[in-house]
Amino acid sequence: MLKLVDIRKTFNPGTVNEKKALNGLNLTLKEGDFVTVIGGNGAGKSTMLNAIAGVWPVDEGEILIDGINVTKLSEHKRAKYLGRVFQDPMTGTAATMEIEENMALAARRGLRRTLKSGINEAERERYKEKLKILDLGLEDRLTAKVGLLSGGQRQALTLLMATLTKPKVLLLDEHTAALDPKTAAKVLTATDKIIERDHLTAIMITHNMKDAIAHGNRLIMMHEGRIIYDVEGEEKKKLHVSDLLSKFEQASGGEFANDRMMLN
Amino acid sequence: MNITSLINSLPGACAQGLIWGIMAIGVYITYKILDLADLTVDGTMCTGGAVCVMLLMAGFPVPLALAGAFGAGMLAGLATGIFHTVMGIPAILAGILSQLGLYSINLRIMGSKANQAISVDKYNLLVSLRYIKNVAFYKNTIFVAVVFIVVIVALLYWFFGTELGCAIRATGSNPNMSRAQGINTNVSKIIGLMLSNGIVALSSGLYAQYQGFADVNMGRGAIVIGLAAVIIGDVLLGKFTKNFASKLAAVAAGAIVYYLVLQVVLWLGLNTNDLKLLSALVVAVFLALPYMKKQYFQKNVSKGGGSRA
Repeated sequence: MLKLVDIRKTFNPGTVNEKKALNGLNLTLKEGDFVTVIGGNGAGKSTMLNAIAGVWPVDEGEILIDGINVTKLSEHKRAKYLGRVFQDPMTGTAATMEIEENMALAARRGLRRTLKSGINEAERERYKEKLKILDLGLEDRLTAKVGLLSGGQRQALTLLMATLTKPKVLLLDEHTAALDPKTAAKVLTATDKIIERDHLTAIMITHNMKDAIAHGNRLIMMHEGRIIYDVEGEEKKKLHVSDLLSKFEQASGGEFANDRMMLN
Repeated sequence: MNITSLINSLPGACAQGLIWGIMAIGVYITYKILDLADLTVDGTMCTGGAVCVMLLMAGFPVPLALAGAFGAGMLAGLATGIFHTVMGIPAILAGILSQLGLYSINLRIMGSKANQAISVDKYNLLVSLRYIKNVAFYKNTIFVAVVFIVVIVALLYWFFGTELGCAIRATGSNPNMSRAQGINTNVSKIIGLMLSNGIVALSSGLYAQYQGFADVNMGRGAIVIGLAAVIIGDVLLGKFTKNFASKLAAVAAGAIVYYLVLQVVLWLGLNTNDLKLLSALVVAVFLALPYMKKQYFQKNVSKGGGSRA
């Protein structure tokens, strides 16, 4: 469903700030794979998602989504294949627009924007049903401005928008990291529910190793711009946090298991 | 200080305010919806008038002349849009470049003259200084300008409710989200700039007819007047304007208030030469208000913030 072939990306090449963010990254996802991604700060996790989404062009390598080579496609053109939820709850929604308007924008992802009405009655009913799944009471606030919602509500709405039309790949960039634990758990549950219901192919970055083990059917660990550990199925289910920590240390000689990882 | 002279001047100020209100609606599209400060309008506020006057002099009827003005404004917006999106020039600078370039273009349009007059006696104009008093109501410039505003607000209300219009609003609200939802934000910005400058040029076409001439300097500082109208409308009527159409109407009302206040300060004896300074200061104060409010509020929090931290 998704294939990354030898992706390389260097930021600020030729300067003191040069940073090899992706360094020969290879990854193949089967249809229905739900991969959790862990790794230290600067390992290239978010960079990988941004490369897939086309936020900037990669230096080398190829990106194929469902067999289509999207390496040269601009961000908005790739959007029709992708659903994205970001770390910052402010990023995924338009604050000055209404909940239903945001959803209507998402429902038209990949379609030509015409002079037809931006939203119609039938859609409103459909959105109401969809919002009920979140269990946040948003179904009664269709015309509320998104800027009035809490971070958790906005993140849940973004998740719904990302999956409103079935994406070929769902990209979740630490989408619960900015939320309080209770809200984070709620959003994670909704994520699981939607991915299972729609049989989505998904990549979820997380800093929480327990979550990384508990969710999805496959887990990858990144370090210095490439994948250093890839495990799936039964083997993944048997993993413990301590196993991952020792893997980290093996890979990086100890410096990897930083404070932020330990806290989780 | 004769009060009747003030009262006599008010209908004219109102008509002027309405025509500039159309211009301010154009500014609203870029400044509020797209979140861009577009300085092209200082140029287009002359281009529209120049095109309109020259077309009228060449024998075209008023509707065609105004359509020509609208089209010329859209081209100016297209130029700024290309500077900004394709060439990556910051929006403010892109607008300044277009504005400077338009100065030469405007002179060319007017046959290398700094101004071109069009007499209301010789031509059948739609609006004029003379159509304020003692004319049938449907010929009255105030009525005509109000009709223009109602039609423009209605059209914009429809447009920004369409799929394309929603995409443009989303682009101004959150460009990252827009791209993630498959919106080409560059196209959105270009369409917004074209629409905005088209409306400004249309207003310019009306204004040239109103004052009876087009002048190469008629757009100088237009952006400040436009912003003043947007801000005054928001400050005075913001509480009552919930939907988009009423917000646009508030902008037009803001322009009328601006011109009425102007008339009053002139009547109070302010030197006409000092007007632009006054306008700039008024707009600066209103733009600063939200920021200063925040600063003041934050100071309060830090003083007594122990319990909150």
